[in-house]
Amino acid sequence: MTPARRPRRAFDWSAAVVATLAIGSAIFVFFRDGQARFLAILTDDVWLFGSMLPKVLAGCLIGAFITLLLPRETIAKWVGADSGIWGILVATVAGAILPGGPMTIYPVAGAFLAAGADAGAACAFVISWTLIGYTRAIVWELPFFGLDFVVWRVLFSLPLPILAGLAARAAWRLMKPKVIA
Amino acid sequence: MNLAIDIALWAIVVTLGVTLFLRDQPSFSDSLQFARREFLALLPRIAIGMIGSGFIAETLPSELIPSLLGPETGATGLLLGSVAGALTPGGPVVGFAIATAALKSGAGAPQVIAYSIAWALFALPRVLIYEIPSMPARVVWLRVAVSLPLPFLAAWAAMMTGRP
Repeated sequence: MTPARRPRRAFDWSAAVVATLAIGSAIFVFFRDGQARFLAILTDDVWLFGSMLPKVLAGCLIGAFITLLLPRETIAKWVGADSGIWGILVATVAGAILPGGPMTIYPVAGAFLAAGADAGAACAFVISWTLIGYTRAIVWELPFFGLDFVVWRVLFSLPLPILAGLAARAAWRLMKPKVIA
Repeated sequence: MNLAIDIALWAIVVTLGVTLFLRDQPSFSDSLQFARREFLALLPRIAIGMIGSGFIAETLPSELIPSLLGPETGATGLLLGSVAGALTPGGPVVGFAIATAALKSGAGAPQVIAYSIAWALFALPRVLIYEIPSMPARVVWLRVAVSLPLPFLAAWAAMMTGRP
């Protein structure tokens, strides 16, 4: 059994939008700030890209393994459309504790959706990772803001994935007569 | 810290992988194939996003932001902060760097919270590069729609409590 998902194209309109933005900005920076600055930014970004690759690969592997390890019925029961507020809570906790960046979290969310999670749980999962995920807060946010700010910011964010997940589930029910992806 | 996360991630990968391998070997090799295809398909997108984000950030008028987000700006500042956050490109540090600069130059904490939460939730390049290809588009737009009030809710909590 292979995880059923639509094939993914490497380059489509959304990548083209960002590519256009990036190339335009790069040209602008080159002419405004000169070659040295241009190369400095390029080197930084290429290095950053390289350091992200192990995380991307790990995210893809976790997504693929989880899809095959967790039976569809289990996922549907825990975080499916009829899982109630409990399912939203499970998704919120999962989003907060799964390490990794957007390159990890979205493939995993996509895998959960393909395996029977409902849209509300997927939204709670992604939003929870975005707002209260600890790796993100520790690695990126803490060095910039300091402990006090980050702790309060996270505390204020705690209820948000749950609220948004419940809203998403209600909205999805209204949209449901159309086909579910 | 970055290394610790890589270790944690790969510990999860190995645990799940070994479990699957012991349970069902053909499934295991199927899933490796699947993960490899996913990885190769994501690669060019992530290259564009990562390598481009530095240049996009460099062109932002980041010095304008602090004056727009002062503590006295109230609800207007929250709205401006949220919109500015949504327009700031993805990249792992761009939004935090601008938000810190804003805090240092006198922006209000609720406004900065609204800014950084809006940036985390809506940064368009991140949605386009990572989220759209990994999840059904309808779910992504639903996720964005239900997230719209969140920067205001968090900032409102900050205003009510007077923290941080």
